[in-house]
Amino acid sequence: MIALVDYGLGNIQAFANIYKRLGIKVLVAKTPSDVRRASKIILPGVGAFDWAMTRLQDSGLRETLDEEVLVKKKPILGVCVGMQMLAHSSEEGILPGLGWIDATVVKFDSQYLNGQTHLPHMGWNDVEPRGCETLFKGLYDPRYYFLHSFFIKPHQEQYTVATAQYGVKFTAAVRSGNVYGTQFHPEKSHEWGIGLLKNFAEFA
Amino acid sequence: MLRPRLIPCLLIHNGGLVKTVRFSDPKYVGDPINAVRIYNEKEVDELIVLDIDATVKGAEPDYRMISHLAAECRMPLCYGGGVRTIEQFDRIISLGVEKVAISAAAIENHQLITDAATRVGSQSVVVVIDVKKTGLLRQFEVVTHNGTRRTGIRPEDLAIQLADAGAGEIVVNSVDRDGQMKGYDLQLIDLIRNVVTLPLSVLGGAGSLEDLETLVKRYGIIGAAAGSFFVFKGKYRAVLINYPNRHEKDAFYKRTGFQLHR
Repeated sequence: MIALVDYGLGNIQAFANIYKRLGIKVLVAKTPSDVRRASKIILPGVGAFDWAMTRLQDSGLRETLDEEVLVKKKPILGVCVGMQMLAHSSEEGILPGLGWIDATVVKFDSQYLNGQTHLPHMGWNDVEPRGCETLFKGLYDPRYYFLHSFFIKPHQEQYTVATAQYGVKFTAAVRSGNVYGTQFHPEKSHEWGIGLLKNFAEFA
Repeated sequence: MLRPRLIPCLLIHNGGLVKTVRFSDPKYVGDPINAVRIYNEKEVDELIVLDIDATVKGAEPDYRMISHLAAECRMPLCYGGGVRTIEQFDRIISLGVEKVAISAAAIENHQLITDAATRVGSQSVVVVIDVKKTGLLRQFEVVTHNGTRRTGIRPEDLAIQLADAGAGEIVVNSVDRDGQMKGYDLQLIDLIRNVVTLPLSVLGGAGSLEDLETLVKRYGIIGAAAGSFFVFKGKYRAVLINYPNRHEKDAFYKRTGFQLHR
């Protein structure tokens, strides 16, 4: 069973609907015991970094999540700001992140962005997985929906498991042990997203 | 590489989907949730849903409907209609909507944009500018409340202010072209594109894939939104929800200079 962490941000129901279609069990986790019951965790997110961190702190789930992820090593997938929160900190805010992955979050440097549109990076872009990463198994030329101005910068290159191009090549997906994350929105990326969520459920 | 977005825009009136002509004569075209399900199957890039009753009636956004739409959408959703406060903004984002569109309230009070951007991030703050040619000189003017209220503001001046306030995207909507299906108002779009670099989507006038192609060839990355084009088929405007399939879309990218792969 996969816990969809409900701390008031992100599209819980969109994840739930996709997993329902796939016949995979999920629960909307609002309490520590909900999180403990699950074997895997998804941390969604939309919004500014500090706002999302504040909402997560206020949810009362923080300690349980730390325990389940860091001690019990349950696989967790952070999405969008949910992924950025996995890092130590973000240029978008002043609050510390969860620090589950050795990384920081930085803003796109607009001097590398040509063309008439700069930020946010908004729309469908190609994602290039590195090697045969679990999340992208069986997905051919994947494209995903992005909506962000900040991206994660892992301190070790091997944590980057997929990249995308927007002015610069940036990290589109990360993995460090049981901690996974995607900058793009798999819950809003049609078949490529459904495939990725299925892979997380089956292979992570 | 990043691609231009082709975006159906759905209007909600009395709980149903409608399509207007020059912001008038709403014609019923179907049930919103049903339309979303069809657009899911068609793998649309993004969806804009605007409740055209909320602001004029001074009503709260219909949160129940929004949460149903957000849950059903397998593509990003932008909701607009009746949003006037930061609390409403928060609530809609927490229902799982990726972007919230504001119009009248943001035009009256730019601080709302700044506050919303601080809370939810500017990427989720969309401002819709409805524009109409007015006066003897037929100059572009920003209008609100479904085109019924004139503001005396020029769209290009407003666009700069919105960008400075922290908006993440501007949707420029031509009232005069609404439902005409004869092409976008490129003169209007030029005015806005020349003054701001933030993501721009345009609405009003698209009647064929060629219209979208003309737009993308001229501006590159842009949100090509359309109402009528994605809900009507044929010269008698029969209601048929449609959208280019994956193959047609790839051909479209190729014709407009966006390679298929990287």
